[in-house]
Amino acid sequence: MSGLAAGDVLAPRTFAVTRADLVRYAGASGDRNPIHWSDRVATAVGLPGVIAHGMLTLGLAAQAVSEWTDGAEVVELGSKFTAPVVVPDDDTGVEVVVAATVTSVDDGLVRLALEVTCGGQKVLGRPTAVVRA
Amino acid sequence: MALDASLVGATYPPTAPYLVTAERVAEFAAATGGSWAPGAPVPPTFPIVLAFAAMQEFLDAEQVALHRIVHGEQRFAYARPVRPGDELSAVLTVASLRTIGGNDVVGTRSEVTDAAGALVCTASATLVHRGEEASA
Repeated sequence: MSGLAAGDVLAPRTFAVTRADLVRYAGASGDRNPIHWSDRVATAVGLPGVIAHGMLTLGLAAQAVSEWTDGAEVVELGSKFTAPVVVPDDDTGVEVVVAATVTSVDDGLVRLALEVTCGGQKVLGRPTAVVRA
Repeated sequence: MALDASLVGATYPPTAPYLVTAERVAEFAAATGGSWAPGAPVPPTFPIVLAFAAMQEFLDAEQVALHRIVHGEQRFAYARPVRPGDELSAVLTVASLRTIGGNDVVGTRSEVTDAAGALVCTASATLVHRGEEASA
């Protein structure tokens, strides 16, 4: 693989997320929860507005991992969804930024501590990926 | 409705067999910021398609509306990568259930297996069932 070493800081990746992306993700994933497309339902259940699927955000993080590691096999991936990514009903949407540090390289496994932010705020809690080197 | 603590340990019916095709994988990759061509690795969050279907079985069985669910946490541990041609199914088990501030916090574990019954991936999710103060 790409010679990652503990302590390496990887170049952040930025992804734009629009309402259209939420619709596309809903179709691809099967998750048609209306909190991801209806402001009326989202606000009725106490959310600030339509929010991105947590799994879309984690999917973008996984895409960044794939780019950093040249498509290395992922053996573990996980995160808490700690803050909503509110996606406005406009053409530009919001930006999700994925950064990472290599925390260990051990026994052929590379562990990455990710940091995923939107508008400067962390939206995922302790997102972590482990890939096979 | 509040979920009952006796659900811990309950297992729900397996999801209908799902054939992983190149088209489905390409569609999923494009929806998560990437692209995919035959031979490339399947996006690691792809098994959420199965885990989500298993969650829907659980919600239907317990008569919980999807829009009352917020995803709190998701973890995947892979026994092997998913490949096009796999026929996958998932079975969900309720691992834990707590009530915090009027919300049910449900820990679930979905085992994704292939047509031979071999484990492909364990998908663990925390689902937050928001209280019934608002109705839709």
